[in-house]
Amino acid sequence: MRTSYACRSPEHFIARRRFLGQLAAGGTLVGGLGALVRPAAAEQLAKSQKRILCFYMAGGLSQLESWDPKPGTDTGGPFRAIPTSVPGVHISELLPNIAKQMQHLTIVRGVNTKEDDHGKGNYLMTTGRRQTPAADYPQLGAVAAKALAPEDAAIPGHIRITPGGGGGRSNDAAYLGPRYASISLGGGNPPSNSARDASLAEAADVERNALRRRADERFLLRRRSALTDAYTYSYEQAQALMQKREVFDVTKEPEQDLNRYGTFDFGRHCLLARRLLSNGATFVQVTHSNYDTHNENFDFHLEQLGEFDQSFAALVADLAERGMLDSTLIVVISEFGRTPRINHFYGRDHWSAAWSVLVGGCGVKRGGAFGKTNAGGTEVVDNQVDHGQLFHTYLSAVGLDSTGTFDVAGRAMPMADPATSAIKELLA
Amino acid sequence: MSEGAAQVAGQQQTQQPAAPPAKPDPAQTHVEKEFKYDKSPFISCRFDPTGRFVFAGAEDMTVQRWDLATGAQASLAGHSSWVRSLGFSPDGATLYTGGYEGRLVWWPAAADAPAPARSVEAHAGWLRCLAVSPDGQSIATGGNDKLVKLWNAADGAPVRTFTGHTANVYSVLFHPSGQFLLSGDLMGQVQQWEVATGKLMRTFDAKELHTYEKGQAVDYGGVRSMALSPDGKSLACSGLHKATNPLGAVQDPLVIEFDWESAKQRILHAPDAKTVAWRVVYHPEGFLIAGCGGTDPLLLFLKPDQDKEFFRFKLPNTARDMDLHPDGLRVATAHFDKHVRISRMAAKAG
Repeated sequence: MRTSYACRSPEHFIARRRFLGQLAAGGTLVGGLGALVRPAAAEQLAKSQKRILCFYMAGGLSQLESWDPKPGTDTGGPFRAIPTSVPGVHISELLPNIAKQMQHLTIVRGVNTKEDDHGKGNYLMTTGRRQTPAADYPQLGAVAAKALAPEDAAIPGHIRITPGGGGGRSNDAAYLGPRYASISLGGGNPPSNSARDASLAEAADVERNALRRRADERFLLRRRSALTDAYTYSYEQAQALMQKREVFDVTKEPEQDLNRYGTFDFGRHCLLARRLLSNGATFVQVTHSNYDTHNENFDFHLEQLGEFDQSFAALVADLAERGMLDSTLIVVISEFGRTPRINHFYGRDHWSAAWSVLVGGCGVKRGGAFGKTNAGGTEVVDNQVDHGQLFHTYLSAVGLDSTGTFDVAGRAMPMADPATSAIKELLA
Repeated sequence: MSEGAAQVAGQQQTQQPAAPPAKPDPAQTHVEKEFKYDKSPFISCRFDPTGRFVFAGAEDMTVQRWDLATGAQASLAGHSSWVRSLGFSPDGATLYTGGYEGRLVWWPAAADAPAPARSVEAHAGWLRCLAVSPDGQSIATGGNDKLVKLWNAADGAPVRTFTGHTANVYSVLFHPSGQFLLSGDLMGQVQQWEVATGKLMRTFDAKELHTYEKGQAVDYGGVRSMALSPDGKSLACSGLHKATNPLGAVQDPLVIEFDWESAKQRILHAPDAKTVAWRVVYHPEGFLIAGCGGTDPLLLFLKPDQDKEFFRFKLPNTARDMDLHPDGLRVATAHFDKHVRISRMAAKAG
């Protein structure tokens, strides 16, 4: 796709040369993006910049074992409900630490997404739209990176921390382009190939990058497109990222913090999320796996939520203590919930008709529960919402006009599904 | 021979159970009786030592009792979570129940309308298993706090805590001598404790009963039950293996027999079925019975020297627990379809 500014207008040409010139003048590999941010400005930016911290409970977290327990009913299972720091709001006994942080959070209990397929459920919860063959839409992280991340951000605007797998970029930005696609930190490790190879001297690296920039500049004079821009941006961001590699190194965090978060993978990943957010990341998604408990739902939720409770509660408490909750929206989602009916394997199956999402922090009302399900948790009886409304709500909470559009190659692309809107009752 | 094994071998000579009045014939096994509870699926079951009643824990947090002869039913309500563990005083007068809320409760087993006589907050998290000492003076419990605890059956006072498991404790079993207590955990480790001192004597490694499925990031399996052979020479541990999809209930049943003296594995009973061996018991005749639930609900009959079963009885519905009646002929199974079934290992009458 050619960009509209391939018109080679003088204004654009000058701006572009200035940008590249500053990169080169930096004298180091990261003259690039990092040099554009002055310390004082960066500090101010950090305070005002809105961020999103998203937890993806892979497989489908059971709302009955987490945010909407129904003890003593035929669907309730063996766990009890416990009070939280918010009077009148109870959650599962599997979440005793989160219960103490409930004043920062709000449960959305009336979610009905009408989609029980993993892939499709993931799609609609991360993009706010139903998947169709006709179009592809950017995920929340890509939208946040595009709309919230500073142009000169030194670290990627869209980061996913996954339990395993490698690094690299994903294809989750759709028409926003690869620049806003996520960088995955597989296993919580720094981005792949982000360390300069030992066989390459720093001076030689500087020289070859300068050469690349000169070649880029010449090429872009006539052949500039969205793809070449993304290519150039990726290089420059990679240079910045290499300089900032320590940001991704969770071992730099105090050991006592790791002990608080948990010395297991998810604990480390949550601590890494704190580190990234504290260093200016715009969108961080942490995946916790696996909740697809068709078998022995209760044992597996006990096992998984034991980790989640400790790490997530520690992170929420830290963000509150550091004053970051006013600028950081917290979202906890899955592809769907789990059936109220307990199956013959002690499992719960896929269930999207009445389940829960958790939000907290920036821009949302905190300390409560919105929406209601019936006694057995089989249907929503009050304030039903869906994925589209939630997506609008997330964007509105971080100060964006979710009914606005992105200019994509001259086309106005709605930021969120124009057929729906934010949940006003949830917004602060 | 270990210190523990030597003492056990000596004790075993006088601990042979009485022979059953009639010989069972597993090949003739059939469902003889069904007890239905309209309100809830079942998760556990036990016969009382007198053989008069069958008790079953249900998902509605009650325990249901049926008189086997008359079919009279009583409901025992006193837990605030599911009751997975049931045990009795040797005379059958007292029922002990352990709930997933962590509570241990005493009941008059034969009362017309049993009500809790005593309760103890025994564990932080689930109380998963209990066992009563052969002399009836102690109750052992295990739970999700990774602890094994000993209680005075007479007054509920705590006697001792056994620490050392690194995972949830799934099963406990007293040795017939009363000197030793065995506890098995999620990781497939069976600890042998000296009851009087709390000393860890040795460990039986049943790691085949544990699976860590990396893709799903879950630990699965565990020592779901244990039994000692009538001759005292073997310890059997049941559960599952080949868990290629723990979250989807894809696994096979497994019963591991250990040589008691050496603590070495003697044989792996690995029937070809998609199910979990929730419980294993030794029949006084020397064979094993495994009660299995899952895709293939089965009673598996195993000989100590054969890895595959010599007979399998297909149950009508998923079984979640199993027990052998004192008469050696009847087997109770607790089912998902709200039934407790009594199967007889003999030809149908008439």
